[in-house]
Amino acid sequence: MSRLRLYQITVVAGFILLLEALCLSGVIDKITMPAPHIILRDLFLMLLAGRYFDEIGKSLVNVLVAFASAYLVGVIIGTILHGHKTTREILDPLFATYYAIPVFAFYPLFIVMFGLGDGPQVLIGFMLAVVAVIMTTLNGLDRVSPVLKKTARVSGLNALQTARHITLPFCAPYLLTAAKLALAYAFIGVIGSEFIMARSGMGYEISYAYTNFDNATMYPLILLILLLSIAANSLLSRWERMLLVRRGQA
Amino acid sequence: MIGVTVAVTAQVTLRGVTKVFPAAANVNPVHALGPIDLEIRKGEFFAVVGPSGCGKSTLLELIAGLTAPTAGEIEFEGHAIGDNVPEGVGVVFQEDACFTWLNVIENVEFGLRRTTIDKAEKARRAAAVIEMMGLRDFARSYPAQLSGGMRQRVCIARTIVAQPRLILLDEPFGALDQQTRLLMGDEILRLWRQTGATVFLITHALDEAVMLADRIVVMSARPGKTIDLVETGWPRERDSRIVERENFGALTSRLWKTLREESLKTMGRAG
Amino acid sequence: MRPQENATFRNTVVLIVGLFLFWELAYLVVGDVALRSPWQTVNFLGKLMQTDLFWLHLADSLKAFAVALAIAVILGLLIGFALGLHRLSGEAMEPMLVALYSIPKITLYPIILLAFGIGISAKIAFGAIHGIIPVALFTLNAVRTTRPILIKTGRVLKLSPAVMVREILFPAAVPEIFTGIRVGFSLTLIGTVLGEMFAAQRGLGYMLMSAISLYNIELIMSVTFLLVALAASVNMALLVIDRRLHHG
Repeated sequence: MSRLRLYQITVVAGFILLLEALCLSGVIDKITMPAPHIILRDLFLMLLAGRYFDEIGKSLVNVLVAFASAYLVGVIIGTILHGHKTTREILDPLFATYYAIPVFAFYPLFIVMFGLGDGPQVLIGFMLAVVAVIMTTLNGLDRVSPVLKKTARVSGLNALQTARHITLPFCAPYLLTAAKLALAYAFIGVIGSEFIMARSGMGYEISYAYTNFDNATMYPLILLILLLSIAANSLLSRWERMLLVRRGQA
Repeated sequence: MIGVTVAVTAQVTLRGVTKVFPAAANVNPVHALGPIDLEIRKGEFFAVVGPSGCGKSTLLELIAGLTAPTAGEIEFEGHAIGDNVPEGVGVVFQEDACFTWLNVIENVEFGLRRTTIDKAEKARRAAAVIEMMGLRDFARSYPAQLSGGMRQRVCIARTIVAQPRLILLDEPFGALDQQTRLLMGDEILRLWRQTGATVFLITHALDEAVMLADRIVVMSARPGKTIDLVETGWPRERDSRIVERENFGALTSRLWKTLREESLKTMGRAG
Repeated sequence: MRPQENATFRNTVVLIVGLFLFWELAYLVVGDVALRSPWQTVNFLGKLMQTDLFWLHLADSLKAFAVALAIAVILGLLIGFALGLHRLSGEAMEPMLVALYSIPKITLYPIILLAFGIGISAKIAFGAIHGIIPVALFTLNAVRTTRPILIKTGRVLKLSPAVMVREILFPAAVPEIFTGIRVGFSLTLIGTVLGEMFAAQRGLGYMLMSAISLYNIELIMSVTFLLVALAASVNMALLVIDRRLHHG
């Protein structure tokens, strides 16, 4: 195992052990947070008993819908914008400033417009994710070098064939980066909205547990969300890295 | 002297060819090239030298059909070239054009896209060319794992696998070190003899042009026009040892004399 | 203004006009049941800004934000410098910081509330954890990727370590660090407002949420508009400085 891995594992393990020690010794009292091993046990029992599966499933479905729509729309818009220089230049300040804006501030407005269902949450997730996809797509398309396009013409490829055999494989790593970002943002948007105000879903359950001092439910669910988002991010990152290493772009 | 007419087939003809790049945002129109009259003979090794910015690459792109002339005609094997790359023409670019997502075999097989031969034949031809270019041990490697010189060989392999009748090379060894350049020069000569194709090479290295070519044209500073045409008279069977010949120095000096003035003009303009 | 900044300015004006037109169009289509027009919104905002209550909430938000930002920047710089200077730590911790970036940090807010109780300290802590990561990451990168040629130049000129840091290393790192602070600024703002939306008794985010229960559409739209406009304009100003630092 490399020194790097060892270092990282030490940091994570050390942090968990520190928490464990603080909890067991009473420095962190039970009302604030139970010990890590108890949280883990409760999560295990919860999943085994199948509790909250409906709520978890609902949140994940919403995340997936937000992700898929943002990815599709984002890639399409990015591809179209790449060919329209003026429109792209006008929208550029919007993209540059977009992630500085509190998108969650629109949530109350969406609730008023669409009612308190799944719509507003998915919409927030979509709004957060779509611009990252557009920007990453544009970035990838920008990097297709002129020599590759000339090679396409010399090989007698028409526009569609060039897109399929050259542009697409070249941009694959960027498309993967876009997916990684879209998933992370969709997650943040949907779960975050459920927290603020919703009637169902994981975020709502955590919020409800908090108001009812139900640490035994709240902490396992929080841990579950952390594990899910880190796992998804790591998997996509690993895939992305594989592609980059093969192409010598790591 | 008794006139002896030797029938030489002109493979590429340029008549009065001019290229002007139209005005763009904040940029004036650029008269890059011409008017140029030129004839490239079938089977010969033809080189172009000139100061930077004189339009050498534009000339290559015009012959390749990657861009159309603003005025004048270009013909390849008797047919006018417009905006399309004619069948039978191969191009090796200065920049690395390897597809980083395909390995060497897949890159080379890509060169056969335009042909209608079956899969087995494609594999056979690709293998043969890979062998010819000394890439056999790296057939399954990816470009990222190869050196600059090897990647350029992959691009050359991809070009010649389709057996083009005219091979255009745009400063293909520009990014390589001197030793590799000299070795690649020998390889290009070998390929030229083996394939029997016509080779059109652009280079800024005068010794390279004199060593490799049958005829060399010197271009002026922008807008590029032809100002000298030199015949080396070398035998077809030659390699880098040609530099030992007496003529070599004389030819290179002649090129440099013409070129020096043009280069100074370019530098003065840029400075 | 340089030509590039001229173009950006022009594009921004066209964009803003376009957005307002889009807003007006949406209002005409959807109607009073759920929206207000740009003019109505700005009008209401004007009246709102004349009330004491508004300034009370605004002050609370700004106070929390300012402290959160200070903490985020100071801690972020310290962490970034430490990780950047120590090669192994930097390489090991960077992917972990990036992973932390992608988790929905609002899930940690209940924990913060349990630790700090509902009040301004919780908001500050929540805002700070949003901003600390980008500041740390950008600073880490800036320090780590200081081109060796600059250090060699310093040595050849026989500069002392202190002078080298002050005259060469720090100025070289400033553009990247500033970008980190700019991103940290925006994220801290978002974090603070988000915290107020979830659980608070004062602040703009709280105002926004209470407007839902009152079904006060004008209030919802004015506060949303104010937040978006504030965040966008400050970020644009910081972006101009950022670009100047990188190309100047």
